Amino acid sequence: MQYAISILLSGISLGGQYALIAIGYTLVYGILRLINFAHGDVFMVAGLLMVYLTSFLGGILPPAAVIPAGLLLAVVLTVVLGFVIERAAYKPLRTAPRMSVMISAIGVSYLLQNLATYATGGLPQMYPEVPGISSTVTILGVPTKVVTVVTPILVVVLVAALTQLINHTKVGMAMRAAAKDFETAQLMGIRINAVISATFVIGSFLAAVGSVLYFTNYPSIVPLSGSLPGLRAFVAAVFGGIGSIPGAVVGAFIIGISESVIKGSSWSIFSDAFTFALLIVILVAKPTGLFGEKVTDKV
Amino acid sequence: MLKIENLHVSYGGIQALRGISLEVPDGKIVTLIGANGAGKSTTLRTITGLVKAGSGSIRWNGEELLGKSIDKIISAGIAMSPEGRRVFADMSVLENLRIGAYLRKDKAGIEEDIQWVYSLFPRLEERSWQLAGTLSGGEQQMLAVGRALMSRPRLMMLDEPSLGLAPLVVQDIFSIIREINRQGVTVLLIEQNANMALKIADLAYVLETGNITMSGTGAELLANEKVREAYLGKNG
Repeated sequence: MQYAISILLSGISLGGQYALIAIGYTLVYGILRLINFAHGDVFMVAGLLMVYLTSFLGGILPPAAVIPAGLLLAVVLTVVLGFVIERAAYKPLRTAPRMSVMISAIGVSYLLQNLATYATGGLPQMYPEVPGISSTVTILGVPTKVVTVVTPILVVVLVAALTQLINHTKVGMAMRAAAKDFETAQLMGIRINAVISATFVIGSFLAAVGSVLYFTNYPSIVPLSGSLPGLRAFVAAVFGGIGSIPGAVVGAFIIGISESVIKGSSWSIFSDAFTFALLIVILVAKPTGLFGEKVTDKV
Repeated sequence: MLKIENLHVSYGGIQALRGISLEVPDGKIVTLIGANGAGKSTTLRTITGLVKAGSGSIRWNGEELLGKSIDKIISAGIAMSPEGRRVFADMSVLENLRIGAYLRKDKAGIEEDIQWVYSLFPRLEERSWQLAGTLSGGEQQMLAVGRALMSRPRLMMLDEPSLGLAPLVVQDIFSIIREINRQGVTVLLIEQNANMALKIADLAYVLETGNITMSGTGAELLANEKVREAYLGKNG
């Protein structure tokens, strides 16, 4: 029983972390019809930034201020990174065939991975302990890190805020309009490039928050650390119906819990095989996913 | 007044407009008629900035519009109801109207104008909370016009407002266009339904493969032999 609870808890927590990444995929896809393959690597860079920032700030700030300042700066810099990637690698290709943008995204992904290899020298970097969420609590008789409990709550809060933003603000209205019809949105006076930038800013912000939660659980960061979580979050977004925010969240929790359950069984090594087999099954059986738009669109 | 001079536009190696010149005087209804592919839509799309011009000039009250961004052109008082209506199907009627006022900041004025649009199209008020995608074709056209009006334009451009609508509905739409014009909005209308368009137009231009081949008052062109043969399907 305790074992089951601990597996479920870690699955929910993992699912929440994937959800924060998956929303970034789904938002960008919703507007640009682009699978942003660099998104997982942005998540990894957010983790590395935290490592380097805390070690740098440790020399100039009082110890108590290092982690909060590091967190804030890491999130801000990740958001800037997402913004710059869009402006430099995707915006110039706005009228190019969609395949070109996708190839550009793959290029950015490799660029970030290789820059990370250069910066780390290929050695795993240890994520700093974030006070408050790194400590241990006991839930239903199961000891676990606070982050396990914090994650689902934070995801719910962030998704509620995002939904509010999209449905009840002007920028949200512009995002919804741009997602449906670029040209008509422009005829309303919506500056399409500003809306796209806003989308990358939101996506990168959520990935940065996700990285804090994820790397607190799995504190060793290598240049490929963003690759698999990114792919799993992408599968979650497709499973939920790419373009749909509730879909991405539900999909992510299902993927996270499944992964945790399989890793806890004797089939442990098949956990990724299961995730990707699921991707194939969805694409064959229901390409629009759980909550996807009815219009089929080539991914 | 909108004044287009020697406007050339090409895309994908095809010359869509080959040096057209035309004027839309304030307070008038001006129509551009012509066959499919003559360059009517391209003309409107170039005015809004959706399509980049090769050369020439488009002056709006003396101010050059070419090279300006779309939102600047709309702020300058030009709005367009696009071909095929293009309402935002999964937004409500009211949201569609609000998005039409996207660039405005005067909240009270926006609420006033929503009521104004509702008074022009009572049907839209009844369906205020309905999703735009569930409206009939005629209602969607009304919404597209209403949405464009929400930016408080001084020049309203309509791209094929009668396309695919039943004759009675077309009559409704045209009487609304006249009403909008009576309230002081200049109208630039492009239509395949040349008969209807010429009847309400003060001024009309015939566009053929990227050139303006004829112009005159609506009544003049209605009476013109060539126009009658080519666009009105009448002999003699």
